[in-house]
Amino acid sequence: MALLGSTRRSRATRVPPVVLAFVLVPLLAEAFWVFWPALQGFYLSLTSWDGLSAPKFVGLGNFSEMVHDEVFRTAAINTVLWLLLFGGLSAALGLGAALLLQQERRGIGFYRAALFLPVVFSLVATALVWQAMYQPDGLINNVLQAIGLGGWKHAWLADQDTAFYAVIVPALWRQVGYVMVLYLAGLKGIDPVLYEAAKVDGATRLQQFRHITLPQLRSVNAVVLSVIVIDSLRSFDVVWALTRGGPYHSSELLSTYMYSTAFQSLRLGYGSALAVVIFVLAFGVIASYLVRAFREADS
Amino acid sequence: MTATHATTDLKDAEGPAGRTGPAKVAAPRRPAPSGRALRTAGFHLSAGLLSALWLLPIALVLVTSTRTFDDIAAHGVGSWPHSFTFDSFRQAWVDGGQQRALINSMLVTIPTVLLSLGLASMAAFALSRYDLPFRRVLLLLMLGGNLLPPQILLIPVSKLSEMLGIYDQLYALIGVQVGFGVGFYVFVLHGFMRAIPGEIQQAAVIDGANPWQIYWRIILPLARPALAALTALSFTWIFNDLLWAITVLRTDTQMPITASLIGLQGQYVSMWNVIAAGSVIAAAPTVAVFLRFQRYFVAGLNLGAVK
Repeated sequence: MALLGSTRRSRATRVPPVVLAFVLVPLLAEAFWVFWPALQGFYLSLTSWDGLSAPKFVGLGNFSEMVHDEVFRTAAINTVLWLLLFGGLSAALGLGAALLLQQERRGIGFYRAALFLPVVFSLVATALVWQAMYQPDGLINNVLQAIGLGGWKHAWLADQDTAFYAVIVPALWRQVGYVMVLYLAGLKGIDPVLYEAAKVDGATRLQQFRHITLPQLRSVNAVVLSVIVIDSLRSFDVVWALTRGGPYHSSELLSTYMYSTAFQSLRLGYGSALAVVIFVLAFGVIASYLVRAFREADS
Repeated sequence: MTATHATTDLKDAEGPAGRTGPAKVAAPRRPAPSGRALRTAGFHLSAGLLSALWLLPIALVLVTSTRTFDDIAAHGVGSWPHSFTFDSFRQAWVDGGQQRALINSMLVTIPTVLLSLGLASMAAFALSRYDLPFRRVLLLLMLGGNLLPPQILLIPVSKLSEMLGIYDQLYALIGVQVGFGVGFYVFVLHGFMRAIPGEIQQAAVIDGANPWQIYWRIILPLARPALAALTALSFTWIFNDLLWAITVLRTDTQMPITASLIGLQGQYVSMWNVIAAGSVIAAAPTVAVFLRFQRYFVAGLNLGAVK
């Protein structure tokens, strides 16, 4: 076996060539399908391109066009709103569900599985299930009618004022179980002795939650936050399946706008620029993720 | 690191298994049996209501898929069912092209899962068990690639697959799914493999094992829990993907089940029985994986998250 590595102290230091190949093959696969395209993506955001003729370099032209683009503004505002609403609610509801279902007792497995089951559905299937519920003659309107709120009946997805919120609900329905699982694992990691001690000191349930549970969950919170931000910015399927961003762009997100700009309007340069905006929004999370991973990989 | 957190098990249904949760600690304060029974009833009532609310859409789609179109047209999609048939499944399966789409999904998902976990486990093995130069940088570079928003890659990837002549072929989808996913799996498996004691490997080296044998016969079997978790997880991710599929595929007969479901929605407008049946077909494989590998699946989510 060839001696590629040095003969330094630490453990199995010699690196045989086959081991190098073990890293290089996957790395090349990723470089080919991810790193190289990503670089191209950044370059294309500086061009005007219809996909047929050669891309024309326009500098920051695409980005200055965004300033005056009404649809972009709607999509950007919606994306931020999506982050806050979808993110905030799924974190709150997920934590609530985890607190409710944390104790091992009879039947708990069923309740957890019920909340968790939607997580395995594709967002497309989820979207279609909810589309049936939102129909003018669907379950939601029927229930409203039945409980005497007939006046609230609505074409939920066809109305500019409600479409966006109507799209968030299925996304939440699917995400809450996921966040719950993360919090359940976090709650399990808290030392019960802390609660015993707090109880001896006469702390109420609420005080225990504020002064023990929440601080102890800090690392899980960071994880949930990252997951939520990344998921929010990637959100595409559910909107695409339900409304395609309509009506009149009222439920448009940056990701759906990027997709339709690039692949339906065939404005590939402008689409790339929109993708760069999404990247910039995600960058903070990606960076903090990597910083944390860097520390982990070290320890 | 990660592995210790991966213990939440949805199946842990049965009773007071020695753990003292906060609620239990508070219990002695209560005026014993009756108060406790009341609290238990309250718990089951609220948890039951919540579960019912969560399961309602699923029940609804199951019911809708077994109704006839005439029934839905006459009474509305939200009404009580007046008919029962499995014909909508036949329509979605045969006329709606879901059979073809499900096969496509499997043709993409299974090789992708095998290939990306195979490659990732090799890289993780090399990075965690040998002193490679820049191994930490390589590891984070690979993870970073997976964290990129896919939108930045869509246009170049579609052009790349056109250039390679595999545009509109399932190979393109497999390629990009492997490339995009591998970084994350490497990261998770690396964390897991690092925890395996070095002595085991040294003993094998002394016995004359080569790196391949160490990887295949020692490390890989020891990493099985993490591999199982990632398999369950990546199966659902890849199977459920829509964005990559509609980026590199064009023809209807090539589309996987998610994209085909959207096509079904366009083709059978307001025929909710067929659309519901299609949704059931599209969800069945991942639900089956979940029910069968629940423990690994949930463990996988935690593995993935607790970085």
